[in-house]
Amino acid sequence: MNSKITIAIASGKGGTGKTFISTNLFNALQKAGKSVSLVDCDAEEPNDREFLVGNFQHSFDVLQKIPVIDQSKCTFCGKCNEYCNYNAIFFLGEQRMIRILEDHCHGCGACSVACEYGAITEKDDLLGTIAEYSISPNSLLIEARMKVGVHSPVPTIKAAIKSASEAKIVLLDSPPGTSCPFIQTVATADYVVLVTEPTPFGLSDLIQSVETLKSLGKHCGVIVNRAGLGNNEVYDYLQKEKIPLLMSVPFDKKIASAYSKGILVSNENAEWELKFNQLFNTIHEQYGNSSN
Amino acid sequence: MNNMEIAVISGKGGTGKSTISAAFATLQPNVVLADCDVDAANLYLLFHPTHEKEEVFVSGFKAIINKDLCTNCGECINYCRFAAIDEINGEVLINETSCDGCKLCSRICTVEAISMVQEDKSRMYSGSFRNGKMVYGRLSPGEENSGRLVDIVREEAKNTARANGIETIIIDGPPGIGCPVISTITGVNQVVIVTEPTLSGLHDLKRTIEVSSKFKLTTSVIINKFDLNADMANEIETYCNSLHISVITKLPFDRVVVDAMLNCQSVVEFAPHSEISILLGKAFLQISNINS
Repeated sequence: MNSKITIAIASGKGGTGKTFISTNLFNALQKAGKSVSLVDCDAEEPNDREFLVGNFQHSFDVLQKIPVIDQSKCTFCGKCNEYCNYNAIFFLGEQRMIRILEDHCHGCGACSVACEYGAITEKDDLLGTIAEYSISPNSLLIEARMKVGVHSPVPTIKAAIKSASEAKIVLLDSPPGTSCPFIQTVATADYVVLVTEPTPFGLSDLIQSVETLKSLGKHCGVIVNRAGLGNNEVYDYLQKEKIPLLMSVPFDKKIASAYSKGILVSNENAEWELKFNQLFNTIHEQYGNSSN
Repeated sequence: MNNMEIAVISGKGGTGKSTISAAFATLQPNVVLADCDVDAANLYLLFHPTHEKEEVFVSGFKAIINKDLCTNCGECINYCRFAAIDEINGEVLINETSCDGCKLCSRICTVEAISMVQEDKSRMYSGSFRNGKMVYGRLSPGEENSGRLVDIVREEAKNTARANGIETIIIDGPPGIGCPVISTITGVNQVVIVTEPTLSGLHDLKRTIEVSSKFKLTTSVIINKFDLNADMANEIETYCNSLHISVITKLPFDRVVVDAMLNCQSVVEFAPHSEISILLGKAFLQISNINS
């Protein structure tokens, strides 16, 4: 394989097994000597590092610029307040009162552009941290970790994905849901693996994810986790929509228990290691067919 | 009359928030149930609420360029801090996925070629279900600002409770620790964090407690599926005790939870005499008593 491929592992519903699939797929590929990076994009609750032991390489902060108002220069004209689209400036003109609500600020810089009196300067504001760990000579784990209390993980996720461009295979462990953090993650992917469970909640969220990916023009396949628990509706849906079932992971207390301890099934069991290698080959074929 | 608002959250997805919220919402007659997991609302699947009221939620704005007016000068590219504008083959284009809706490009464009369009596909629904009133939000895929939609759902829930003389509001929260979670727990009487006995569960619980402790709320913890790893469950309990946070119950893994879901019922409706239902009943009583 010469070409590069970016695969996002996602799910509408939380807790379906994104991290289980991502970490095991990554592990199987790195053991096979492939050039692979795993980006933990679930910046609100990153967990991949609990399953993979590596050497810390380096880290960097994700910052945004937020305004600081020099009250001595401010004329209380209110133009910055008018420019702010996020209600991040508390302004009472008559009372000559102005304050930046830092939690609401998105760092867009509009208020600085608005101010004609040089009363607004900017300072750095920490949004999150990106850390890189080397797992083996050819493989890297990149963790996006949002700072607690920050309103959105999106800037941290974008910075993490950007730093992963060197590997031939990039795996993105996506945040749950179908809102902005999910879109930002899958936007850069060539192929999306949706992990679901065969329950009404799982199916409902799967349908929403599939519809979203369709509107983005992304190719996807599905992994059913905890198969055997629940009913058959998810399989009927996949058949009807002609979405490939990439893999089925049975509900097994042994798998659940190993996972709870941070043990990778692809390390414990050669059969599973093989299955995850086959999973990659299947995805690669699917993507190859769909992109030709 | 004072409302009692109980929010059920969890850092990690799929730990059983909705299962537990649904049980709490059917343990006593006449409650208001607010599904604040607006990104992946699921409780309507169990309770089929009527839609007595539907409101459009404007989640934000996106910039669009009028190609007839644009001179492709590229000035807007220099101002955009979200890397949402690119020049491709001499043509200036906005990347909808990256646009944050700050409106700065529209303000600085000298030929007024950029305008802002509303994102208005998200909805808030309010109605009745078999055990009271239900309010829920649905965020349209790819949209953001779910925290504000959560605020609207909660406000509607409070108004509904007041108008109908209902005291108890059960809130099913979103996963993660970002803006929508903060909106879910701000000002509630009780926060119940649902976790599972895995390394990821413990790790996410720690980050979730860090968020809830900023609000000085009465917080308790439920360990779901504790028997999948009893040692880890004990470790979580010890950790909670060290912070003086009570673990109000430990629920066993039981397929009856999935069976209840397949029958569109909460577990206490479907199997009122099961061990899990009895434990949930006791837990709910304990939470209610802390408040009164």
